[in-house]
Amino acid sequence: MDALHNLLLGFSIALAPINLFWCLIGVILGTMVGVLPGLGPAATIAMLLPLTLKMDHTTAIIALAGIFYGARYGGSTTSILLNIPGESSSVVTCLDGYQMARQGRAGAALGISAIASFVAGTVGVLGLMLIAPPLARFALRFAPPEYFALMVLGLTMVVFLAGESMIKALLAMFVGLWIATIGADLFTAESRFTFGQAKLLGGVDFIAATVGVFAIGEVMVNLEAQGGAEVFKLGKGLRNLLPTWQDLKDCRFAFLNGSLVGFFVGALPGAGATVASFMSYGIEKAFSRHPEKFGTGVIEGVAAPEGANNADAGGALVPLLTLGIPGGNTTAILLGGLILWGYKPGPLLIQEHPELFWGLVASMYVGNVLLLVLNLPLVPLFAQILRLPYYVLYPLIVGISIVGVYSVNNSLFDVWLMGIFGLLGYLMRKLDFPAAALILGMVLGDSLERALRQSLMMSQGDISILVTRPISATLLAISAGVLLLPLARKVRSWRVEAIERES
Amino acid sequence: MGKYKADIVAAVCLALFGVYVISVASRLDYVSEVGPGPGFFPLWLGIGLVVFGAGLIAASFSRSPSGENATSWATAGRSLTGWLGLMVAVALLGKLGFALAFVLLTVFFVAALDRRPIFLALGIGVGLAVAFQLIFVVALDVSLPTGWFGF
Repeated sequence: MDALHNLLLGFSIALAPINLFWCLIGVILGTMVGVLPGLGPAATIAMLLPLTLKMDHTTAIIALAGIFYGARYGGSTTSILLNIPGESSSVVTCLDGYQMARQGRAGAALGISAIASFVAGTVGVLGLMLIAPPLARFALRFAPPEYFALMVLGLTMVVFLAGESMIKALLAMFVGLWIATIGADLFTAESRFTFGQAKLLGGVDFIAATVGVFAIGEVMVNLEAQGGAEVFKLGKGLRNLLPTWQDLKDCRFAFLNGSLVGFFVGALPGAGATVASFMSYGIEKAFSRHPEKFGTGVIEGVAAPEGANNADAGGALVPLLTLGIPGGNTTAILLGGLILWGYKPGPLLIQEHPELFWGLVASMYVGNVLLLVLNLPLVPLFAQILRLPYYVLYPLIVGISIVGVYSVNNSLFDVWLMGIFGLLGYLMRKLDFPAAALILGMVLGDSLERALRQSLMMSQGDISILVTRPISATLLAISAGVLLLPLARKVRSWRVEAIERES
Repeated sequence: MGKYKADIVAAVCLALFGVYVISVASRLDYVSEVGPGPGFFPLWLGIGLVVFGAGLIAASFSRSPSGENATSWATAGRSLTGWLGLMVAVALLGKLGFALAFVLLTVFFVAALDRRPIFLALGIGVGLAVAFQLIFVVALDVSLPTGWFGF
């Protein structure tokens, strides 16, 4: 009853006209920065933070949180239409989303992405409302060995990204892990693999790499054929531009999977939406009745990661609000904002400032509805971009890529890197190396190395620390199971073949 | 080039790259005063690259080369030319600014690579460049590379 009473209090705050207005502004801004690669929510919130000093604090956090979860909605748009991941957590959406666009189902992909975002976003808020304090306490039990095991589990998702060759996927992943080591060492600040370039000391910019591999690589592949490789098909009429009832039925498990994985991974500080989206995609493929179709334009392959990266927004607020621990860049800036306004995020925040916490929770319900109402009608409009002739579309993709990559750090060096990664992406496509495996390695490399080295420091070099702690041992056992999955499938197919031959 | 030959070339390159990673990592400290050093993680990555590179070579040899889809490199020239055009445009970004460099790149893509009329190419280039300036610079206050002409 307490939760219901508090929620009613929250809605009375969130539905106040001024809060509703700023929630709308926040989610619109968030969608815009999510659509454009490079312009992330962290930078936008950081820019707007000084403007919130004179605002009511609850209104301010509602607006800033709107940007945070609104960006997750927008991130899928360019992934699906142009193969340009707007956010790092939208990389997986490219795999099936872009293929759906090529088959004339861009509208259905964008629509299911908005619906999955709505469902998972709402589940994320429910989780935040109901189980925030106990979940935060559980998340605190994650020390470096547990994080290492979680990162290993994330890396085992490579099994589901591999096409016909597992070795190629592993090689791509190792190259990604190596790219993550470029720059100053995490602990000693010694430079590694920087080739004498001071600009590489901070590491390879993730957006430059993903945009290069996916967008520029794709343009290069399509440039091969004079007159464009293939003109995109696009269904006519609203019915063909939105998901069908069958699509929604097919995505039932994906909605649930994305919501739960996104929320729980999001609640772990440092894990992030990208890990959640890769994991939900892997789980979706593992339990699918047609895993072989993933990567060719399967709608569940869009719904699961898009759901995960939105549920993550609710999860990420759990450690922030209940423990004062930010899980990533954006929540770190939100934490800065809360401290700036005079709050002490931690176990007492909910009791001491119920109007702030419950106002935010209720505004997230409202914000998710606003985002769905805003985004679904925009689907047919966004899909029209594919009606452009390819000789307009390709320069447009290259232009957006350059602007997106440059705008992250105002660095021409990053644009050079994007070009180099574009060539790498093209060669990977030609040689059938899965590009997503490279990105997976890049995303997790840094956290994996940090967690491993911290674990070994904790145990003074004793590697058994990784398998003697219950959570890390469980996660590593699951990882081993996932790695053995392709082998088990192969053995089963050999047995079936042998039985058929005998009979 | 047959697919299996391309795989072998890629595998050899990756294995050699692994050797390079090992050689650089072995010059870094494997163990430091506080625990594993900066060379610890890259060393194992290099070993992994060599092992899996060798695995791909072995897997490619064990497959029959006949009857496989060949990787077509005949049309790669156009893609690589397009990529070179992009890199030249990137080099010009700091000198000519985004707008001019982008117009040149679009003209190159549309007129030179795709053999469309030059006026169409110019129209597309200028139209898109103006749209980018309006959306990103004017509306969103995003800074784009500027050159000698100040835009």
